[in-house]
Amino acid sequence: MAEKKKTCELFDCGHRACGGCGEALAARLVMNAAGTNTIVVAATGCMEVFSTPYPETAWKVPWIHSLFENASAVASGVEAALKKQGRTEKIVVMGGDGATFDIGMICLSGAFERGHDFAYICYDNEAYMNTGIQRSGATPYDASTTTSPAGSQSFGNRRPKKDMPAILAAHGAPYVATASIAYPADLMQKVEKAITTKGPCYVQVQVPCCTGWGFEGDQTIAIAKLAIETGLWANFEMVDGKVTKVKKVVRKPVEEYLKTQKRFRHLFKPKRQDAEIALIQAMADRNAEKYGLDIKLKKE
Amino acid sequence: MMEITEGSHAIADAVRLCRPQVVSAYPITPQTHIVEDLADFVANGRLDAEYITVDNELSALSACIGASAAGSRAYSATTSQGLALMFEACFNAAGMRLPIIMSIANRALGAPLSIWNDQQDSIALRDSGWLQFYAEDNQEATDLHFLAYKVAEDVKVQLPVFVCFDGFILSHTYEPIDMLSQEQVDKYLPNYNPAEKLDAKDPISFGMYATPDYYLEFRYEMDQAQKRAKDVIATYGKEFATMFNRDYSALVEGYRLDDAETAIVAMGSVCGTVKDAIDEMRDAGKKVGLLRIRVFRPFPSEEIAKALSGVQRVAVLDKNISLGARGGATATEVRDAMYGSTVPVKGYVLGLGGRDIRKKDIKEIVSLSEKGIGDQFYGLRKELI
Amino acid sequence: MTLAVGCRARPGKSRDNKTGSWRVFKPSFDHEKCSKCGMCRTLCPEGCVHENAEEFFDPDYTYCKGCGICANECPKEAIAMNLEEK
Repeated sequence: MAEKKKTCELFDCGHRACGGCGEALAARLVMNAAGTNTIVVAATGCMEVFSTPYPETAWKVPWIHSLFENASAVASGVEAALKKQGRTEKIVVMGGDGATFDIGMICLSGAFERGHDFAYICYDNEAYMNTGIQRSGATPYDASTTTSPAGSQSFGNRRPKKDMPAILAAHGAPYVATASIAYPADLMQKVEKAITTKGPCYVQVQVPCCTGWGFEGDQTIAIAKLAIETGLWANFEMVDGKVTKVKKVVRKPVEEYLKTQKRFRHLFKPKRQDAEIALIQAMADRNAEKYGLDIKLKKE
Repeated sequence: MMEITEGSHAIADAVRLCRPQVVSAYPITPQTHIVEDLADFVANGRLDAEYITVDNELSALSACIGASAAGSRAYSATTSQGLALMFEACFNAAGMRLPIIMSIANRALGAPLSIWNDQQDSIALRDSGWLQFYAEDNQEATDLHFLAYKVAEDVKVQLPVFVCFDGFILSHTYEPIDMLSQEQVDKYLPNYNPAEKLDAKDPISFGMYATPDYYLEFRYEMDQAQKRAKDVIATYGKEFATMFNRDYSALVEGYRLDDAETAIVAMGSVCGTVKDAIDEMRDAGKKVGLLRIRVFRPFPSEEIAKALSGVQRVAVLDKNISLGARGGATATEVRDAMYGSTVPVKGYVLGLGGRDIRKKDIKEIVSLSEKGIGDQFYGLRKELI
Repeated sequence: MTLAVGCRARPGKSRDNKTGSWRVFKPSFDHEKCSKCGMCRTLCPEGCVHENAEEFFDPDYTYCKGCGICANECPKEAIAMNLEEK
């Protein structure tokens, strides 16, 4: 799985992401897949902020940031302009989970409903990280954030993740996928497919956040792998609304993932919360069943 | 070519003649005929544009932002609630220095909900950096679109423009319009060709963020662009006058102002009624004149101070109010322009939410102004309060 | 430096920000152990791991933040993180 070809590094050094940032890595990988003939439309968020403090821009392709919620609408306008001008650049929209699941839902739904030709990449670090780790519609069950904090009266976020892939597939998106920085070649393949498939396509990339989730920066990839191996994150593709390819795993218990991050610490300290951990395990089990995540081992 | 047509239809034609490449449209009373006409033009091959039926007004302006940044001439239209919904996009478009034109069919803002005319909507965005033109009649509303694109796209300006006209009163009224031909407009308004755009051949990052070390200067630059716009409007207005015999080069227009004792200051369609009232008052021996403001942003402070220096009193009409302040925005800014002068300036808030303004109301206001009574709502139904 | 209209910039200036100064831990790459798989280059969030003429990899210390992902993921444990002497 070696990255042998010379990468063009369209996302430059000197950006201000935290050391070990999963989102910065994802940006690099997405741009490697996208290439130079790309226009990036970005939402407000960590990536926009750490990559473009005037006059330092890390982007070596044309790039535009407007507001938090409107990247999909801005992209619709860019697409229309390119069409009229007879240009060939591909449009890649980038937004965090905040911009995608929550504040950007209206514009996103409108753009997907109209069927514009672009690839929408959601960097999902499961909270509003740039503003200080507040809860979003992508925050998983029982995760502690600053607006869904664990405390004596609470186990943290009360709701499961909003199923954005299903929502966008329901809009008729021809290609929808989930991906992870733990599997960079797979991520880049999916991004390429999203870019080359005509119509509005969506790739949701899990990007663990060391600062927001509470782990050391060198664990980013390891934790991303555990998310998939426990079934809490499913890597799959949907073509015309049907799940086609799924990454199967020999599943590990969710505890192995939860105990690595401070945002789930309250499930273990001061007291083990078996009932909550069981609920999360059940969610992973349901995921496994829904997407067929389990590698069926032959019975002896 | 002369035609009798509805204001909205004339404006749609004018926009068509400007050859926008991207039109994004969300319908809202009373702008609907404009966006419907444009859709019809595209469907019948009369306008070669991408027409995006967006999902809300914020998306409408956002799509224009994307299209304009990508190098296409972009257009949208809205009013009232729709304009309010795109509030942050308005500041964004101006800050990103994109020459987008929006027709604003001025309408009151809720609550309470009103579909009828006043100028609160565009006035509420006077801080945004958008230029603001106010039309007195539909001929002007039509022609101002050509001027707007030319001014906005000039490298000395690079700011978006609201072309404002009173909703229903102008948008839905039939008037004789001299519509320019495509050939004439093409001669006046060249293709949009920005030096900087989203282009893989010359990558640029648009909409970066500015730390406190830079933000102040960016805002200063925008203010400078507004100030430069005055001359740019004059230049392209004169060019339009030379080519088509209608002169929009001045930011303000005087009507029987030269020897006036009382000057009325107003914007928009009410000026037609004011002019008629002035003619009648003049026949009765009263020396009244009108200073009509055509361009509200950039605000013509010097021009106003100069024009009103010789009168005895000023009565400013406002179809808007800054609630909790002394009155409407025009009175406030005229008073500011007249600071240091001994000429008394009084403001009258009237016509809100589509309340009709008649010639006798203008005459009554002049009488009030002669008695030194002003800075109040005019025309309140006393039985309701 | 005069301001660009509309808060825009062309590529390159991010390189003025030498993020190597952020480091607490510094990676050292042992080419003896390296199998040339390239995972370090693929997984570096900075994109500052580069291939040399012999197809081994080295970090650009001007930008390396010392996050340690490369060391943690190297299948040959060829990268060590050491507290940097300042």
